[in-house]
Amino acid sequence: MSEIAAERPKSPAFRFRFDRWAPALLLLAAVGIYLAACIVTGQTQYLNWDNLLAVLGRSIALGVTAIGQTFVILVASIDLSVASLISATTVLASVIMNGDPAMILPAIAASLALGAFVGAINGLIITRLDVNPLIATLGVSLVIQGCLSAFVSNFAGAVPVEFQFFAYGNVAGIPFAILFFFGLAMVASVVLRLTRFGSNVYAVGGNADAARFAGIPTGRIVVIAHIICSLCATVAGLYLASRLRSGAPWIGANGVYDLESIAVVVIGGTILAGGRGGIWGTVVGVMIFSLIDSIFNVLGVDAFVKQVLRGIIIVAAVAFYAVRSKRIVA
Amino acid sequence: MTDHVLSAAKPEKARGLPQINPVYFLLAALIVAIILNNPAFVEPTGYMNFLKRAAPLAILAAGQVYVIVSGGFDLSVGSLITLVVVGSSMLSNNDPNATGWVIAAMLGIGLAVGVVNGLVVCFLKVPSLIATLGMMITLNGFAFMWSGGAPRGYLPDSFRYFGRFNIMDIPVIRMLPVAVIVMAVLGFALYWLMHRTNLGRMIHAIGDNPRAAQLAGVPVNRVRITAFVVSSLSAVVAGILLGGFAGVSTDVGTGYELQAITAAVLGGAQLLGGRGSVPATIAGALTLTAIFTLLNFLGLPQPVRQVVQGLILIAAVALAMYRRKRTGQ
Repeated sequence: MSEIAAERPKSPAFRFRFDRWAPALLLLAAVGIYLAACIVTGQTQYLNWDNLLAVLGRSIALGVTAIGQTFVILVASIDLSVASLISATTVLASVIMNGDPAMILPAIAASLALGAFVGAINGLIITRLDVNPLIATLGVSLVIQGCLSAFVSNFAGAVPVEFQFFAYGNVAGIPFAILFFFGLAMVASVVLRLTRFGSNVYAVGGNADAARFAGIPTGRIVVIAHIICSLCATVAGLYLASRLRSGAPWIGANGVYDLESIAVVVIGGTILAGGRGGIWGTVVGVMIFSLIDSIFNVLGVDAFVKQVLRGIIIVAAVAFYAVRSKRIVA
Repeated sequence: MTDHVLSAAKPEKARGLPQINPVYFLLAALIVAIILNNPAFVEPTGYMNFLKRAAPLAILAAGQVYVIVSGGFDLSVGSLITLVVVGSSMLSNNDPNATGWVIAAMLGIGLAVGVVNGLVVCFLKVPSLIATLGMMITLNGFAFMWSGGAPRGYLPDSFRYFGRFNIMDIPVIRMLPVAVIVMAVLGFALYWLMHRTNLGRMIHAIGDNPRAAQLAGVPVNRVRITAFVVSSLSAVVAGILLGGFAGVSTDVGTGYELQAITAAVLGGAQLLGGRGSVPATIAGALTLTAIFTLLNFLGLPQPVRQVVQGLILIAAVALAMYRRKRTGQ
């Protein structure tokens, strides 16, 4: 009898939920290593507010993309088309603007329309044609990149000074882009946690069949998640256009935004199988990524060694959660 | 009466011809289209050069399909190809006598990469997409580190023999590239291993339902690691062939992982496991190469190739899913 009582799980309020706290633990470790690296190498000049903002500001584009990617991964899908969509957006937006401040709004509208269209195509191919999301979005990505490089092969268009506020502007001493990123994360997390759509996302990702039997329009949820993801990618593209002051057809592929955004989401504790995770995990994942870069810079790690370590760190970070799982993974 | 009932219960449709994988029709159609565009293709130099160009991808895809059937992905093969090409040129140091042990060393590296991929997936429980992505980034880094960013030197002719050399003066076909022989031998070996041995059956089983396979006594981890090793070793061979005719650079392997997955998917392999065939995958690789060849003959630029590759990829999987749904499998 007492054995049974002992085996009963403790009340949830007091149980330490490892998977909920793991991203925070990883972030803590990264911050600790960063502090230690700065102190050991005597580069304490990096330990100030401005540098903290610089560390954060370096990964806005990745962060915005990853917020969108979180939605699709939560519905057990994946989006590999974000990188080429980012490239396409920077070119489209800066070509439409072409240095003219009056064209900023039309350019933003056209970019978002492109994003919504690509997202809808992705979602419909996956839900209607039953194509594996990896293949569907990879195919769409090839199509976008092909169309793009058929027209543009160099910097295209120009971004007016007014629009550069997005990347370079400050509000109350804090870069606008960082405020925007946290605002977007806040909105996304409210949508996921407090709306019916949000709980549908978790339901569809957890068990699509059960969700369908419960009356959730699973196909529509997947399509909407893909539209959100593509819209986030276009916003990231707009940010990069504003930062580069021009459109570059290679920027998405160069930044490896497709695979890195997936890595960030997974490091943030969202599982690839869907249904578990959240926005704040992704935000933490982005911070960990930029901290790793900063640590390498402080320690003066060789660029190639940096790449080797990055690969190992991605795997190690994911293993940090996954190793406790009892399931068979493939 | 009984007979009547029984016959009525039989499926209405008579069992017709055995189902042939549509990739073979697609390949045949493409080859006809190529011949119409370029009659020289029927000459041995035409089709043998085509096969020679397709050989690395075919071998790579035949290895990749092992991992796909087991339920995973191997994204690390492209950068492994790069590492093999760069590493061989660094190790052999322009010495033609080094080829033997350099190739052995490369196969050793491939073995190690495959084992690490498999161990990470099986014991650290990292999904293969992430595990091999990490491996891809790491191996690219190693390739850069090894060559200091700019690979120098070249591969000795004895190394390039496999990718480049043609055996001439053969009756009927006149020439036979060594790469094609390698493709045929390895293709057959991989076919045999996948479709005629217990290992192949176990790979299918763990891809279809790992839990059921485990309960049935399949050593899931060992089989999965073997699948990753096969994929890595085939990437090493593909790298040796590519080094033969592409030369040394740090981006020889870029994009090959996706082409290999595309080839497997064209051949009807089911992503996330349980279904796939080595011969059909090789046909898929030939199809992909044929598409690129055809687009070249038509004078279409690289961007169009990308668009076409994307559309074909989606169409192939959509068609496969449609057929599967219709036949109720």
